[in-house]
Amino acid sequence: MQYLVSVIDDRTNSATAEEMATITTFNEGLVADGHWVFAGGLAAPATATVIDDRSGRGIVTDGPFLETKEYLSGFWIMEASDLDVALKLAGEASRACNRRVEVRPFL
Amino acid sequence: MSVAEVEEAITRAHRAEWARVVAALARRFGDLDLAEDAAAEAFATAVERWPTDGVPPNPGGWLTTTANRKAIDRIRREQKRDGKQKEAQMWLTDPPDPEPLGAIDDDRLRLIFTCCHPALSMEARTALTLRLVGGLTVPEISRAFLVQESTMGQRITRGKAKIAAARIPYRVPSVEDLPERVSGVLAVLYLVFNEGYLATGPETEPVRRDLTDEAIRLTRMIRLLLPDDGEVAGLLALMLLTEARRAARVSASGELVRLDEQDRATWDTALIAEGHQIVRERLAAAASGVAPGRYQILAAINAVHTSARDMRDTDWSQVVALYDQLLRVDPSPIVALNRAVAVAELDGPEVGLAMVDRLEGELSGYHAYHATRADLLRRLDRRGEAKDAYGRAIELAGNTAETAYLVRSRDELT
Repeated sequence: MQYLVSVIDDRTNSATAEEMATITTFNEGLVADGHWVFAGGLAAPATATVIDDRSGRGIVTDGPFLETKEYLSGFWIMEASDLDVALKLAGEASRACNRRVEVRPFL
Repeated sequence: MSVAEVEEAITRAHRAEWARVVAALARRFGDLDLAEDAAAEAFATAVERWPTDGVPPNPGGWLTTTANRKAIDRIRREQKRDGKQKEAQMWLTDPPDPEPLGAIDDDRLRLIFTCCHPALSMEARTALTLRLVGGLTVPEISRAFLVQESTMGQRITRGKAKIAAARIPYRVPSVEDLPERVSGVLAVLYLVFNEGYLATGPETEPVRRDLTDEAIRLTRMIRLLLPDDGEVAGLLALMLLTEARRAARVSASGELVRLDEQDRATWDTALIAEGHQIVRERLAAAASGVAPGRYQILAAINAVHTSARDMRDTDWSQVVALYDQLLRVDPSPIVALNRAVAVAELDGPEVGLAMVDRLEGELSGYHAYHATRADLLRRLDRRGEAKDAYGRAIELAGNTAETAYLVRSRDELT
């Protein structure tokens, strides 16, 4: 079972060096325990581009798709046997990156 | 066997076996939807068959077997219809519980912890617990919470869907997580009880016995399953000692009766004795160094009240000391308000009022804050201010009996 753990923030690339070091340690733990799938930080929503090519005309518009004060600034994809395991890992993730996170299961 | 006896046997079996049947099916098939539907079908079959076939010697066994058969029938039908194997289910493997919780290993505990999982909203937890553990029907739960049946049905469906999609485990929490998870379960049961005890809404009965009875029944069940948990015992005692005063609490004309005006002869002595017994056990545990949680302290406060012959006989210094203890566990303004009420009995209304007034910032939108102020102002003969405070309390109160009491109190001041 995989879960998306989204980092909620209102700034981009805002992690301090100390936070980055903690995140790296946490990630190493995820790899060692078999929970690691993928993780990454995202550039600001203002850098997003929306494309709609359903009609074949490739309509490109300036993003983001949704304008919100808080947004997804980074994420993990984790392997966990159930929600309790995912919530425990997400708690550690929240402490490591010092931000709120949201846990959402993949279908 | 008469029709009435058969009906009685079905009601009894429903109360005793519903949770067990649902829990066992959920464990076996890994699907709460299927478990709920198959259990409901089994009980419907009992209603159909028992009057003619007679009540089976082991109703629980009969219901479990019938429900299992219904579940398997349904899976086969769905497989035939979909032309394929049923998709992966919620709990493909049976995850072993992290550590055995003593002698009792009961699927009902797994069911309760799943329904009260912190990842579900409080509304969903309450609805799922009443439906899957309590066996109340969707119309019954909708009536209890004054929402449309379709809304309540959706709430339950969405809750089950989240449990399945997010894979909320069907498991008793680990020992380290247990206290927090138990307190989540107790919060649901206390909410159900309070909704029954202080029912809200202009058209509702002031006390909803269906809800208070159900909350007590479920708390008793959890106490059997977790006999060593002090807070479970504490909540049960608190409910019993509150329920014991139910008859005295609302007058014949449907008005709330204050504690000092209640006819203590109508209090239920059996419930009080049972509640006191539990409180004594918890006091003994506390004496040996187990710190009591909020429900145990609240139960102890209610034990003091129900031990007194009348208001003056009440050991108010004990009540204040218990509220001090409660404030350390639960430093909320509502606890501070209740403490101030006890202080007013001990040191006079003026001292109590000064404490209440300090809570205005946090509690100005809470009817009990204004009702308490009104009462203290009345006792201090500050009639104008008392009338205003009753007015604010009436605007904010949601319980019909309480509103009736507040209106009369205000009108008596003119």
